[in-house]
Amino acid sequence: MSDKLPQPAGLPIFLLDGHEIPFQPGQTVMQAALEAGFYIPHLCFHEEFKPHGSCKVCTVKVNGRTVASCTTAAAADLDVESETSELRDLRKTLVQFLFTEGNHFCPSCEQSGNCKLQAVAYELDVLSAHFNPIFPDRPLDASHPDVLLDFNRCILCELCIRASSEVDGKDVFALAGRGITKHLIVNAESGRLADTKLAVNDKAMSVCPVGVIQRKRRGFAVPIGQRTYDQKPISEVTISRLQGHPIGHAEDQEGDGR
Amino acid sequence: MAFPLEKAEDPTKLRRVAIDPVSRVEGHGKVTILLDDAGKIHQVRLHIVEFRGFERFILGRPYWEVPVMVQRLCGICPVSHHLAASKALDLVVGAKRVTHTAELVRRLMHYGQILQSHALHFYHLASPDLLFGFGSAVATRNVVGVLAAFPELARQGVLLRKYGQEIIRLTAGKRVHGTGSVPGGVNKSLTAAERDELLAPLPDVKQWLRSGLAALTGLYGQNREQYDSFGTVPSSLLSLVGRQGQLDLYDGVLRARDQYGKIIFDGLDPQQYRSQLKENVRSWSYMKFPFIGSLGPEAGWYKVGPLARIQNCDVIDTPLAEEARQGLLATSPTRQLIHAPLHYHWARLIEMVHAAEVIENLLHDQDLLGDQLMASGPRAIAGVGIIEAPRGTLIHHYEVDEQDLVTMCNLIVSTTHNNQAMNEAIRQVARQYLDGQELTEGLLNHIEVAIRAYDPCLSCATHALGKMPLQVEFVDPAGKVVQRLVRDGENLAAVSA
Repeated sequence: MSDKLPQPAGLPIFLLDGHEIPFQPGQTVMQAALEAGFYIPHLCFHEEFKPHGSCKVCTVKVNGRTVASCTTAAAADLDVESETSELRDLRKTLVQFLFTEGNHFCPSCEQSGNCKLQAVAYELDVLSAHFNPIFPDRPLDASHPDVLLDFNRCILCELCIRASSEVDGKDVFALAGRGITKHLIVNAESGRLADTKLAVNDKAMSVCPVGVIQRKRRGFAVPIGQRTYDQKPISEVTISRLQGHPIGHAEDQEGDGR
Repeated sequence: MAFPLEKAEDPTKLRRVAIDPVSRVEGHGKVTILLDDAGKIHQVRLHIVEFRGFERFILGRPYWEVPVMVQRLCGICPVSHHLAASKALDLVVGAKRVTHTAELVRRLMHYGQILQSHALHFYHLASPDLLFGFGSAVATRNVVGVLAAFPELARQGVLLRKYGQEIIRLTAGKRVHGTGSVPGGVNKSLTAAERDELLAPLPDVKQWLRSGLAALTGLYGQNREQYDSFGTVPSSLLSLVGRQGQLDLYDGVLRARDQYGKIIFDGLDPQQYRSQLKENVRSWSYMKFPFIGSLGPEAGWYKVGPLARIQNCDVIDTPLAEEARQGLLATSPTRQLIHAPLHYHWARLIEMVHAAEVIENLLHDQDLLGDQLMASGPRAIAGVGIIEAPRGTLIHHYEVDEQDLVTMCNLIVSTTHNNQAMNEAIRQVARQYLDGQELTEGLLNHIEVAIRAYDPCLSCATHALGKMPLQVEFVDPAGKVVQRLVRDGENLAAVSA
């Protein structure tokens, strides 16, 4: 855990693993914890977007009940457990499921070192996918002149959907299918990214926590050692960035998505 | 088409001996020998039994992933694949010339790798045979035995390898499977501190190499005849040479000589490799058999690697290595080309000396610290990158579509070029040493010594490196195993069938 911020006086507090966490009315447990310098692992949460609660990696126990910390409103009487072996095991299994469901080949992935899934996996001591991989068949969409979509890496966090809709006003992305067949699609009659209005400066380009949405022709531009999570684990990188001291390559520091 | 001892007339009536896997090489291969009841040898083959499939699964991937992905072919010489792919894709992104800094960084990475890979092979894998004898006690014929009997030599081998790996780490980002080279250039140059870190050990490195060279020439002096004749089969040679005919392991043009040294072709632009080099397949190996098209599949096979390179070039442009090269060439009084596989070891040490000299020159070039890392130009749809990897000429050829995805990949790796040469060498050894003999582990090791001389990288898999178990099966004509010899660690045991 990195340096904790001085706690403003007069704010209500809740307990996180025994620490007093001050919060503003309207904040979630996740928001208040991060602001106070306490990291709770997460993937689909992004501080610029309305919490979504879909990945469940941020699961904590509040007064004995398991809930997603990103969607649970902070309240004065909460006793929140996060860093327990039970919850770490649960998060670890959830992350292993994600590796199992997609095709995550870190050794040749340009997002390696900047990837939030990989970094959270390291944070949780995930050393193998444990479960038998499904190896889904997910062809790339390279139709756009400047953007490559590699669906193999999608973890269905819906951040690109939210960014494209709420910030870019373009609705380029959507999810289709149910259950294990659920997958990311492109909102064009042809199904091709080239037939959407996505542009490289769109917000949707910078929020993917993994390596689905890639600027073409610049892979591996950042040397090993200077990538976001090369020097410090994601818990420290996240807190440092929120405190205004980014670690790692500036290009990959846009928002909590990276 | 058939080479002598490649195919027995009636294999069903013969006894089969298999060396599976071949040990102290990189990767997984096996040798089969068919003999009749009198112990006469009828067939000898080196089989490569792994199938990797990189040429297929790179298809449909974005081109910028290629240098990082294909290097996973190998844990010993990934830099070769990393750079050959980058060189091919430089052309795709229009960087017909990368920046001077990028070329210096890539060359440094490459010569660092030559040093560490050759050190691994000579000191760890090959030296036990040379120091203790091919048929010496199996319990000590390994790197642990070398550590016990020749601790200083073994220590120098370890440190030489470490030095090469440090060069790779500082240029590629990590010691194995880095990302430093990208299509169009590199993603980092060296800092002054990093350069100084590499300069400091260089005097020691050069001293260790002098010792290694002296040790090998001493061994040669004790047993000239064996070194000059063991497993020798003349063949053509192929390698890159620099544009002035000098030894150049990073870039140049293709040159081939026949077994007498006469030029077959010279100055061949790497982009045109297919005009001269063809490939053949045989049903019994996953490794292809390349040949020089104009000579045909039977006469067109050739050798690559250190022994080919130091004889194919006109000169080595660094003084200590050139002096050492002249020393090796002088062992052939008639100045005929040297084809003896054991001289690959000497040639490898000469190249290590050269690598150290090149590294020193590169480290004194201020542009190594430059910040002009990338070049680009008009896009092309295809590119060929050729490099002299530690084990020989490495060819990467890609086609990339307008959406930036790879549509064609052809790789001819160094060991593949030596396929026929290794097969012919072990047939020659079988004729010389095994024919009519009762086979023992020590005699079978002679076969492996011939293969090891070529330093084959059979699959390029580090996990297969080390003290691999050796199993030899004696099979009667009906296919029944009559005896099995198992080497497990340092023990050789007969296991009844």
